[in-house]
Amino acid sequence: MTARRTSARRAQPGGRIERHPILSAGGPATVEFRFAGRPLLAREGEVISSALYAAGVRIFGRHHRDGRPLGIYCVNGQCSQCTVLADGRPVKACMTVVRPGMRVEPVAGRPQLGADDRLPPSGPGIREVRVPVLVVGGGPAGISAAIELGRAGIRTLLIDDKQALGGKLTLQTHTFFGSVADCYAGTRGIDIAAILERDLAALPDVEVWLDASAVGIFEDRAVGVVRGGRYAVVRPEALLVAAGAREKALVFPGGDLPGVYGAGAFQTLVNRDLVRPTKRLFVLGGGNVGLIGAYHALQAGIEVVGLVEALPRCGGYKVHEDKIRRLGVPVWTSHTVLRAEGREELERVVTARVDERFRPVPGTERVYEVDTLLVAVGLSPVDEILQKARQYGMRAWAAGDSEEIAEASAAIFSGRIAGRRIAESFGVPVRAPEKWTQTAAVLRSKPGREVPFAPPAAAGRAVYPVIRCVQEIPCNPCTQVCPVGSISIPDGTITSPPVFAGDCLGCGRCAGICPGLAIVLVEEDHDPTRRTAVVTVPFEFGDDRLPRSGRVVTTGFEGEVVGAGRIAGVRQRADQDRRRLVRLEVPWDDRLRVAGFRVQEPPAEAAAAFDPALQDDPVICLCERVRRSEVVAAIRGGVRDLNQLKAAVRLGMGGCGGKRCMELVRRVFREEGIDPGEITPGTWRPLDREVPLAVFADVADAGDTTEDPK
Amino acid sequence: MSRAWDVVVIGAGSAGLPSALSLAERGLRVLVLDELPAAGQGQHKAAIGGVRATHSDPAKILLCQDSLRIFSTWKETYGDDIGWKRGGYCFPVFTEAVERSLQSILPIQKNAGLQIDWLGPEDIARLVPGIVTEGLRGGTYSPGDGQVSPLLFAVACERAAKSKGAEFRYREPVTAIERAGDRVTAVVTPQGRYPTEKVLVAAGARARQVGALLGLDVPVTPDSHEGGITGPVAPFLDPLVVDLRPGPEGKTANFYFGQNREGQIIFCYTPKELIVGEDRESTSEFLPIVARRLVSLIPRLRHLLVRRVWRGLYPMTPDGVIIVDTVQEVRGAYLAVGMCGQGFMLGPGVGRCVASVITEGRPTIAPDAYAAISFYRDFHKAQHEALK
Repeated sequence: MTARRTSARRAQPGGRIERHPILSAGGPATVEFRFAGRPLLAREGEVISSALYAAGVRIFGRHHRDGRPLGIYCVNGQCSQCTVLADGRPVKACMTVVRPGMRVEPVAGRPQLGADDRLPPSGPGIREVRVPVLVVGGGPAGISAAIELGRAGIRTLLIDDKQALGGKLTLQTHTFFGSVADCYAGTRGIDIAAILERDLAALPDVEVWLDASAVGIFEDRAVGVVRGGRYAVVRPEALLVAAGAREKALVFPGGDLPGVYGAGAFQTLVNRDLVRPTKRLFVLGGGNVGLIGAYHALQAGIEVVGLVEALPRCGGYKVHEDKIRRLGVPVWTSHTVLRAEGREELERVVTARVDERFRPVPGTERVYEVDTLLVAVGLSPVDEILQKARQYGMRAWAAGDSEEIAEASAAIFSGRIAGRRIAESFGVPVRAPEKWTQTAAVLRSKPGREVPFAPPAAAGRAVYPVIRCVQEIPCNPCTQVCPVGSISIPDGTITSPPVFAGDCLGCGRCAGICPGLAIVLVEEDHDPTRRTAVVTVPFEFGDDRLPRSGRVVTTGFEGEVVGAGRIAGVRQRADQDRRRLVRLEVPWDDRLRVAGFRVQEPPAEAAAAFDPALQDDPVICLCERVRRSEVVAAIRGGVRDLNQLKAAVRLGMGGCGGKRCMELVRRVFREEGIDPGEITPGTWRPLDREVPLAVFADVADAGDTTEDPK
Repeated sequence: MSRAWDVVVIGAGSAGLPSALSLAERGLRVLVLDELPAAGQGQHKAAIGGVRATHSDPAKILLCQDSLRIFSTWKETYGDDIGWKRGGYCFPVFTEAVERSLQSILPIQKNAGLQIDWLGPEDIARLVPGIVTEGLRGGTYSPGDGQVSPLLFAVACERAAKSKGAEFRYREPVTAIERAGDRVTAVVTPQGRYPTEKVLVAAGARARQVGALLGLDVPVTPDSHEGGITGPVAPFLDPLVVDLRPGPEGKTANFYFGQNREGQIIFCYTPKELIVGEDRESTSEFLPIVARRLVSLIPRLRHLLVRRVWRGLYPMTPDGVIIVDTVQEVRGAYLAVGMCGQGFMLGPGVGRCVASVITEGRPTIAPDAYAAISFYRDFHKAQHEALK
């Protein structure tokens, strides 16, 4: 598949991504399996959910309470929306690798328990593992901590529930901010993961378990770990929880439709499994997660119909927002998704403007036809195990998002510091340098103030960079790559905007590395008649996204249309990691305004009319299908204890254990005018995720169900 | 609080909730106090919800027959669905010792009018699909027994009691029971003083502490049991199943499980060595042991997904028999305590009994049966209950 495409509109729904500007396409799909009797193919090692999405299957089953369709939601093993029957066993499609010949069936209602009563032979027994340090989570924080512990010579067990280390870094195809010296700024997340993993592999004191989930923590100071379908009881002297974050959700009608899911799910499908899950995407939330999700979608050849953010401005880095605007994605601030619509799957979203109290403004509704809504409305720490460990008197630490939600670069430092502190607690004198704490604080900082863009003093020279880094963010790669040292941050920090002063060789290294894509080069000597100039802009797409005509719509830094441009050439240097520099010939007067060009045209509104009479009672608890009205009735009936709410309406009683709804329900309390102080929180108990009884019984659960049900 | 209450019930759990309902139904002005934030949040919600009248102790048989009647007609009477399922209890038998023990009490149970019979191995295998048949000798089956959701019942029972005028106050630990001479005059919490001439102690695992406020030594000591629940599957198992064999791992005395109306399997075991104390945190030992026992008995259960585990307290008396009585030392004080882990199934029967004692001075069950659950019995004279 190398057909040249100029528009994502021609992309097929479902299907696999055969070309990607950053990632290499996976191998061919050769593993035969069946879904509802239909023969399908999966890639080697692919999970069921991705293989089904690649085949265009988005409905995996129907809920036993109301028969509504179910599909993916978290794609992270946390919820149970994607449950299917694989060879007769209920499994999570997102965590179960397709085996050759596997018979996958949708779950219609409650699954039938297969009638196979041959007890498989017992395993070797449940392992008891005593280890000085257990690190839960092999993302940037967990790996960084384990590296420090390994270097300090402390025996450490690092577990991660995925098939590969790196955590969410493995989904981050974009280059990172931060400091080049300290945390690989300017390097892509996927490559940072590989660097960290390599550093870790050199340390003999660190043992790594992949496909290993911490499913519970128990008062005898044991962590239950399911690794590759086997159970182990790990008794660490010290515990580091670096389990990352989970995505927050939002309550709106239709939020339960297949096609509505989180950014993590989306990135997993697109960037890990190279599956194209959507043709037309809408994004809810203008934080970094939503903005980057939109960017990744564009790179995967998906049309991004729009992005809404309820706040008056996006919470993510301005450069992330601006780069998707430049590519042709409309970003509407002070807007929200009013509801999602569709009979069986998402077909359209209705947006509306919101007032300063976030109430939708009647008459501002707009309808967009999309098949997928990416919900990116914030993250919350995964720290239940940490809280329990502390309650049980264990030596427990947190790092990364489990400690505080921040960027991966901050997580690296947080992990390093935690690793050193744990090592110190074992008597190894490896105090973390004071500078680390300061760097960690800088990296954790939220986007800072904006400084007005100053037109370059260099204008008039033959060639010079235009740096539109107008917001204080911790980042410095541009200052490190200029071969003649002409770019610097005057106050010596890594947060203030950099300044160009001195010579420019026109090499383009600055434009090639800026993670925010905020630097372009202007060549004034291109046209002696000064009718045109060349603006060289960074471009992280393949040639297939360049129009054959060479004609493009140029856009200014914040995405405003400037005019017409012509592609005069494409440069790619070996040191420009999968990024191209596109030379645009533009009218002379546009030379200081052009910062990019569109890869998609802003979409039209759907013809479908908005029906204000249409009201739906949104689902709050997806697992047990508890609707908002039931919760409101319970609250008005006097319920203030979340445990009682669980008993009364079953909210939070499902497979995910309330990970999503327990936070949502607090909002309903607030909307009902209940003081948060009156609310008794729900009790957290193991398990953190559902586990087959076979695992605890130490008998095989797979591959033994081939006999026909009697 | 100037208003006087006819009776104050201390504890909104398995015994207190239905007692409050029965008292309110008799027209009394009832106040229920609980130190926790909501109904049934103590040990009540840790119950697995099995309800059987097929005991060997006469008082328990009679009280649970009453409970069964109330649970099974709850929806018709009070309107709320409490997850009632009449699936019976089945005790499959693999050893001669257990067979002898169960067979020996069958006549007593039948004499008490209980619907229970000995079934052969084929019938048991039909009743408990997938049960291992090797060594299966048969077992007892009592189709009239059943299951209820303790979670739904707490909500429903509180609602029913409120509709009859009972009031509930939560997060109010009782700090004193005031007396004038030998009469109760009021119940005191940090939030208020509630005048009353009658107080019912239904304080579950806290019975000893609350009893001390009356100057009584209530011999209730909690020990703990762990339980767990799976995700739902299509209904396939009607009865609650009790395997009385001690576990081969040497840590369990027996274990039991059933499929609730949601389709979830709910399970529990009795530890061989009782774990005394109020600790309610889960241990790493429970799941491997119980999983092994479950899949060894019914291999297909291995595919079930374990969803949650918890640990609850059995408020135990020295002889393992409950206490329902009028306090003699303090006029106006009553006890419904020491439910020994069966408070949920006993609750409605106990509630009706205690309400009858409070309002009419006589129990709902036969005098000799009632005497056996007296607070004034000799707790250290071993009473052998064959079928605990």
